[in-house]
Amino acid sequence: MGATVTTANTEEKTWGGGNEPLGASYGKLMMWFFIVSDALTFSGFLGAYGFSRFKFIETWPLPDEVFTHFPFMHGVSAPMYYVALMTFILIFSSVTMVLAVDAGHHMNRSKVAFYMFLTIIGGLIFVGSQAWEWKNFIHGEYGAIETKGGSLLQFVDNTGKRVKLEDFAVVLPEEREQLERNKGKWFMSEPALPTYSVAEVQAGFKAHPEILVRTEVIYKDDKATKADATIDHTLSKPKHKTVLTRAESEKRLANAHLVVEGANLVRNEYGSKLFADFFFFITGFHGFHVFSGVVINIIIFFNVLLGTYDKRRTYEMVEKVGLYWHFVDLVWVFVFTVFYLV
Amino acid sequence: MSHEHASNTKRIWFVFGLLSVVTTVEVILGITKPAALHDNLLLGMNLLNWIFYILTIFKAYYIVWAFMHMEGETPGLRWSVVATVVFLVIYLLFILLIEGDYIFEVFKDSTIKWNF
Repeated sequence: MGATVTTANTEEKTWGGGNEPLGASYGKLMMWFFIVSDALTFSGFLGAYGFSRFKFIETWPLPDEVFTHFPFMHGVSAPMYYVALMTFILIFSSVTMVLAVDAGHHMNRSKVAFYMFLTIIGGLIFVGSQAWEWKNFIHGEYGAIETKGGSLLQFVDNTGKRVKLEDFAVVLPEEREQLERNKGKWFMSEPALPTYSVAEVQAGFKAHPEILVRTEVIYKDDKATKADATIDHTLSKPKHKTVLTRAESEKRLANAHLVVEGANLVRNEYGSKLFADFFFFITGFHGFHVFSGVVINIIIFFNVLLGTYDKRRTYEMVEKVGLYWHFVDLVWVFVFTVFYLV
Repeated sequence: MSHEHASNTKRIWFVFGLLSVVTTVEVILGITKPAALHDNLLLGMNLLNWIFYILTIFKAYYIVWAFMHMEGETPGLRWSVVATVVFLVIYLLFILLIEGDYIFEVFKDSTIKWNF
């Protein structure tokens, strides 16, 4: 067919090298490659969290009740404030990073160094804050009971306020020794024992008639729920956890199997077991990114001080770590929404 | 390379202000949880959560465009990064969330009892 016309510009040497269709250097493109793949990894994690949450939509823990701590404010329920503070710290360290990149475009070494330094400090404060958040999460506050079927029972008083196990559990004259390796018949041991035994919680519950059991189930404002005689309808509020009547509480507590204090990868006092797993995994993976970002920033910071990029006559390296650092901030924006807001 | 080396500091601080304001709004809404937004559903999700997700994507846009300087890149680079991620994430969420909801219904409506 004679109609075939070659429209390619044969004058230009397309394959002769030096052609940059994306107008970006190799290193920067590779950083974008990495960011795309890492973004998909995090999407996978957050998607899996959404999957599990949808799977247990009626019993999933309420983040407002889990993350309520603020430094130097003991016993004050301050949901969200602390993560909001962490978010601001990370956004601000992103700003100092982009200011460093901007100063790099002007080849202003001292300014780049100063802003890189602030970025590193911001990153360290963020990682430290996360460690503190983990400490509170692992330590727990109220304690709970796990039943034989694996569901979780928490305790409230007759005003609906959460009650700690230590506030009502009695101390029974029983002895329960932790099984350690040197006392085992074979390679047997067990993790630390909870402060109270199931029998002590049950006895304490009997001695305090005002205490009620709160289940994991989120109370709904529909007819079927309203007709349920096992629920204390004055204390249960829509979109909050269901509080049971005293009679039903006793019945449920009779099935108690384990005392749960704080959180680990197997069980946690907040509710669904998967909740703690996802919390540790996603915030841990993000925290690891922040940590490695800080390490990379420190390396680049020293290179800036040594004048490496002045010799190269380009501060593009600062731009590349900047991309990574902003990406870490970007991920946090999503983690913040998915874990703490919705 | 289209870096005109003019200083961007004004825009950087503007974006910082914007992100801070949006985060503050999110936190205030998250603490107060206005009933009008929290109790009304739109396409299976309450309005409050819609607002949170929209504001998150709004923030993500500014971080990528201003801080990561996506606005200065060539359209080719922009599309290959953003379109890939957006398409795959929507696809992933579509599959996972629908499947999660399906499993929830199996647990709820069938004879399988997991929580007793």
